[in-house]
Amino acid sequence: MLRTAINDASGGSESNISAAVLADELRRFINAEYVITDSETQRVYECDGLAAYCELPLLTVLPETVEQVQKTLQLCHEHSVAVVARGAGTGLSAGATPNKYGVLLSLAKFNQIVDIDPIAGLARVQPGVRNLAISEAAAQYGLYYAPDPSSQIACSIGGNVAENAGGVHCLKYGLTVHNVVQVQFLTVKGEFITLGNEGLDSYGADLLALIHGSEGLLGVITEITVKLLPTPEAAQVILAGFDSVKTAGDAVGEIIARGIIPGGLEMMDSFAIQASEAFAKAGYPVEAKALLLCEVDGTYEEVTEHVETVAALFTELGATSVRISQDDAERMLLWKGRKSAFPAVGRLSADYYCMDGTIPRGQLAHVLTEIDRLSHEYGLRVANVFHAGDGNLHPLILFDSSVEGEFEKTEEFGGRILELCVEAGGCITGEHGVGLEKIHQMAVQFNDQEVSQFHAIKAAFDPGATLNPGKGIPTLKRCQEYRSLHRPEHD
Amino acid sequence: MTDISEQLVDQVNAALRNQTSLRIQGNNTKSELGRSPEEEGEIISTSLHKGVVQYEPVELILTARAGTTLDEIDKVLAEHNQMLACDPRRYNNEATIAGSLASNQSGNARPWLGSLRDHVLGIRLINGKGEHLQFGGQVLKNVAGYDVSRLQAGAMGTLGVITEVSFKVLPKPAHGITLIKELSAEQALREMNQLARSAKPLTGASWVDGKLHLRLQGAQSAVSATAQQWQNELQATILEPEQADVYWHGFREHQLEFYKQRNTGEQLWRFSVKPNAPHFLDDEQWAFNWVGAQRWLKGSFDPQELQDFAGKAGGEVQLYEGGDRSGDISFVTNDTLKKLHQNVKAAFDPQGIFNPGRLYSWL
Repeated sequence: MLRTAINDASGGSESNISAAVLADELRRFINAEYVITDSETQRVYECDGLAAYCELPLLTVLPETVEQVQKTLQLCHEHSVAVVARGAGTGLSAGATPNKYGVLLSLAKFNQIVDIDPIAGLARVQPGVRNLAISEAAAQYGLYYAPDPSSQIACSIGGNVAENAGGVHCLKYGLTVHNVVQVQFLTVKGEFITLGNEGLDSYGADLLALIHGSEGLLGVITEITVKLLPTPEAAQVILAGFDSVKTAGDAVGEIIARGIIPGGLEMMDSFAIQASEAFAKAGYPVEAKALLLCEVDGTYEEVTEHVETVAALFTELGATSVRISQDDAERMLLWKGRKSAFPAVGRLSADYYCMDGTIPRGQLAHVLTEIDRLSHEYGLRVANVFHAGDGNLHPLILFDSSVEGEFEKTEEFGGRILELCVEAGGCITGEHGVGLEKIHQMAVQFNDQEVSQFHAIKAAFDPGATLNPGKGIPTLKRCQEYRSLHRPEHD
Repeated sequence: MTDISEQLVDQVNAALRNQTSLRIQGNNTKSELGRSPEEEGEIISTSLHKGVVQYEPVELILTARAGTTLDEIDKVLAEHNQMLACDPRRYNNEATIAGSLASNQSGNARPWLGSLRDHVLGIRLINGKGEHLQFGGQVLKNVAGYDVSRLQAGAMGTLGVITEVSFKVLPKPAHGITLIKELSAEQALREMNQLARSAKPLTGASWVDGKLHLRLQGAQSAVSATAQQWQNELQATILEPEQADVYWHGFREHQLEFYKQRNTGEQLWRFSVKPNAPHFLDDEQWAFNWVGAQRWLKGSFDPQELQDFAGKAGGEVQLYEGGDRSGDISFVTNDTLKKLHQNVKAAFDPQGIFNPGRLYSWL
């Protein structure tokens, strides 16, 4: 596994308290075995899902009660020790990478579903509950939790809020922020705050929305109330192959122009199709240049009506093959290919790097052509997986970290892709977050005044900047350096 | 189509120099919302800063300048059979997009289609340093930086002058049917909550004046089949389409008899609570929308008593119209949260020039 030590990017500074003294203090109120100081045991926490960024924290704690979290925050605040909160560690932007001067605060012990109110359609859960576990628990009432990031088997709901996680059903069902009504969190000083309520809105500025996607920089989430939706009566998938990416992209626009909002709408390019088919054997058309996977859901009548419309439309628009799932087993098989696209592509290479830009759908053909050009320029292969419904593009760059300099080349290539997304009218991250990974590209999307406004927001919550330091928002100095080094033509 | 953003920035800078406060106004349709602060402030009007800047129907995204009316946006969207899905209150077709966002407006379909807060994707904003900034964007998914766009929802202009809004739009539903049934408030709450748990194309569930209204919208086949099923199961009747339009429009615009039959200055309270929270007081004083998650109450009450009820019902209450509007009309009891609101305000508006006292007496 690739390991890159983080240098100045990690931010934070050394506190006046030693690890040993801090550990002793923490053990006064946290079970001794859950205050971890040895590097061997802490190795599992050295990175999140983006393993290229590794760091060992000062120490790791796994509190078991909210009071313990509160006391930990109070103690760290007193000594100006950095705190990095961590859920399941599945994030893909190095947002939960430890800080070498700070405490890694794992919320793994908070894995209880506190309450489900099936009539109100609400579930109150602790932050360490897995995304999928909520839907599993709600299934007995005919309900489910809609946002479904690809990592939903493992990722935790606290992390979903911190990153405002998406998934393959966002166009119709929204992101995490659309499906959470209340968040309880602790401030950096350990003060308790509840945002939102069990109704649908609150008076005043929407701080609940602000917490979503704030990447652990504003507070530590201790409880979340999510909306549960009735499970659709029916769902069917239409799979279509196309001989060009442009034709497939146009077909997406045409579905929407006809007034249909599919539950899920995914696109893959030929490289991704071939890799997924070799892995999942879902019967994908391997000769196609692009594949669309369109799921329609709703009542039985609605699904029947829309499946006919979409299938006819694909044929009319020049699809080279069209297949409709006939039962749930076939529907799951067709999804399996898409959902296993990352590991499938990963099999073809020693390492892969997943990017996360968003673009206006109309720019898809242009952006993919440019990515292809860059792929040749850098001599690195790319497979493209695209949440076509909402414009979120995931290029997977294949590389080999054992080759000297290849990771650095990959990072640079990835950065160019993100900048390309911004130029095309999009943004540098659709759902993975900025973390440490995309901190440079923030300077491309925002000017100094906007970055300063972000810093002012941060200071409103955490004036000492000890919560997850060095992530999410770059320093102005860093922005200026990056712009002058990488984008001289824009100065 | 005019762009007066430079003048707006100049006016903010002048206010900063002169240390005067500004009262942000579009077409001034929402003067009854929020508090009536003691300090009047100089009016800064976005009314002339208007026009649809960008609209790509297949992208489902529209960008408009602050003073663009929802009416104009409705007309542009209708050409492509699309709509503002969050369905904000139109205020005699004079409401502007920025004012609608600042007050987080929504319509009858709030539980299913959200409010403007859920649909906003990006904004341009003049902050309290006179800087004209851009946040979010014109794409559906964007998690770069803090979500400044959604933060504005409900802020009532206290964080800056919104000059442009990008938001998500949706296709109009192919078909719609409204069912009606006479019920008590308590029975209606039970029935609405039960029906909302079934996977049917429900986009409206409200109760007022002893009548439950259920709106179905979506694919023709789904709406017709559900309407038939519910007609039989619930002994409900189908309302004529014109009457249904008048009813839902009237509920959104506060033009139903319930709202109209109020004495001058009579208090109107708005509850945002858990939809299945219990009912109290007499039926005649209430109107329910959003499956029971939004409840309107007419009359004079002890605010503490209402707050206690709202708290037990998992939500909150505000004095929406009437009564003493120089006092606080919504209640923040947690001092830490109060401080946080003040800090966030100061982060955007360090000199406190924008709409002081409009939201809270202490902000």
